[in-house]
Amino acid sequence: MSEVSERAVPGRGLRGRVQRIDWHDRNTLAYVVLFGLAIVFPGLVQFATGGNGTYLVSTAADAGVYVLLALGLNVVVGFAGLLDLGYAAFFAIGAYTYAMLASNRLAVTPLHHAVHIPFWLLLLVAVFVAALFGALLGAPTLRLRGDYLAIVTLGFGEIVPRVFRNLATWTGGVNGIPALDVPTLPAWITGPWAGTPLAVVRDFQFIDPTAFYVLMVALLVVIVVLINNLQRSRLGRAWMAIREDEVAAAAMGINTVTTKLLAFAIGASFSGFAGCFYGAKLSLVSPENFSFVVSVTILLMVVLGGMGNIPGVMMGALAIYVIDFYVLTNLPAWTSGAANALGLGFLNQQQGDWPGLGDETQRLIYLVFGLILVCTMLLRPQGLLPSRVRQQELAQASTQESLADVESA
Amino acid sequence: MGDEQDGVILRCEHVSKRFGGLLAVDDVSFTVERGQVFALIGPNGAGKTTLFNCITGLFPPTEGGILFEGLDIAGARPHQVARLGIARTFQNIRLFEYMTALDNVRVGQHARMHAKLWDSLFKLPRERREEREVTERAMELLRFVGLERNAHDYARNLAYGQQRRLEIARALATQPRLLLLDEPAAGFTPQEKVELMELVESILGRGITVFLIEHDMRLVMGISHRIAVLDHGEKIAEGSPEEVRRNERVIEAYLGRSA
Repeated sequence: MSEVSERAVPGRGLRGRVQRIDWHDRNTLAYVVLFGLAIVFPGLVQFATGGNGTYLVSTAADAGVYVLLALGLNVVVGFAGLLDLGYAAFFAIGAYTYAMLASNRLAVTPLHHAVHIPFWLLLLVAVFVAALFGALLGAPTLRLRGDYLAIVTLGFGEIVPRVFRNLATWTGGVNGIPALDVPTLPAWITGPWAGTPLAVVRDFQFIDPTAFYVLMVALLVVIVVLINNLQRSRLGRAWMAIREDEVAAAAMGINTVTTKLLAFAIGASFSGFAGCFYGAKLSLVSPENFSFVVSVTILLMVVLGGMGNIPGVMMGALAIYVIDFYVLTNLPAWTSGAANALGLGFLNQQQGDWPGLGDETQRLIYLVFGLILVCTMLLRPQGLLPSRVRQQELAQASTQESLADVESA
Repeated sequence: MGDEQDGVILRCEHVSKRFGGLLAVDDVSFTVERGQVFALIGPNGAGKTTLFNCITGLFPPTEGGILFEGLDIAGARPHQVARLGIARTFQNIRLFEYMTALDNVRVGQHARMHAKLWDSLFKLPRERREEREVTERAMELLRFVGLERNAHDYARNLAYGQQRRLEIARALATQPRLLLLDEPAAGFTPQEKVELMELVESILGRGITVFLIEHDMRLVMGISHRIAVLDHGEKIAEGSPEEVRRNERVIEAYLGRSA
């Protein structure tokens, strides 16, 4: 009762909305921390590395791609409760859409004519192409439930990169498509964050990783706002209802098939969007970038972050990305360095079966990754920042388990 | 058909439902009059819920026709049936447990809302207005069933009786003209049963026809205008509460054991 009246008090408009922000809410806090971090990151990194941190900013932009992917998969898995194990397929479709339509590739195909469509337009095209494939995959398969859907999506995730690899006439096969167009803008603001004085640049070309980073942050802000809107809408509630009880949802007049299809298509469109950005930044796409491991990694990000909770998923994505692409890649160097520093340099020598500490770490890298994941899930099964619902479900499950223990004892 | 002029809202004609070798519903016909309370009674396993499931499109009847306001809905999908104006509750409560009471009732209004994907994505003024209206209507319905204080509680945290009432509120949110209640008083205390009877009265007062399955004889006899009795999938009697009470076959099949 009191909750209702409290919510009704603040007025509309910006002021009312600011007053309504609950600063004790963990999600609000997470958004503030994430956004603040995103703003200061480039400056901080350049300062800390004495101006040599550009590669770190570039890595952060790549991490943003994964945040985007995790947000999209969260719509499918977290909101609608559909297990999708082939999500990287849509990522590939987005990336190849950009690669084919923004490079000289089509000149050497039977089409004999290169196509160069601007990046900004292709972002939208990739969204629609991926959504279309999402709908195409979903239409015949969404009648399946749970495990069966997972298997079909798994198959789809395997097929798509294989098609791109084997359709060499069009896609360049294993070599992929190199030398993609650089996105351009008629005007761009540069400043201290890119190591230059504040100025407006005309005919700006996206070559500097910092520019990609800024673009990524801007896109993420927009997308987070949009998904938040979606979650608290008619459609968001319908997804949740289907996740909870499909029969009851249908009895409420929800067309479960089209609603699930929409979740699939919207999730896919995020992936297509991310793929387009990824292709443009890397200026190269190859079938190797979209393997099953990518699908699983994204799923991990969603689950570890806190299924269904937007800031949680973002934090999960960042955490996994940092572990996967920074900690683990540098771990061999760190361990051998540490051995040297501690006067245990002999550990780095190759001797018989022992390849040296660095190489040995390299061999064990996936074991370390697995251990980190297992420990995280044991310590925080609900994810880093779970949704309220998920928290409740797990609390419920554990009470039931302990009750069962009592009864069997 | 002439159903509209006759005041018939639902007509089942020779409906049968077969599961493999089991004939769960066997050639059942009856009509439900608009503005009345129609009750379906019978021993466990008589096929009552199966009949409800056929009407609401969970599965199609094997044979026969189901006419809602003169329109044949046999074989229609559940969401289509709901959109036409038939709402239901479930024998074993099927709320969206991890959604708030308010959200449960808001989901109920899904089919009566118009927000499209773009409206929701960009929170257009039209969408905001609709959300406000939907929330107000949901609160009104929660008040109607006496749950306004629990609007922000998760459905699963509500007491049993509250869950049953929330399910009714959620069904009413679909703006039905015919409401199907599957054992709404199961597990109720006598006091709760009295409250339920009052609730059914006020639902009728809103111009909604009520079609219910119920085991409690006193409750059924108290609120129903007309009763049909099912036994082993067959309709063995139909009439006013008084006629059904006196019917030999009913006494034999059903009341004989309990009365």
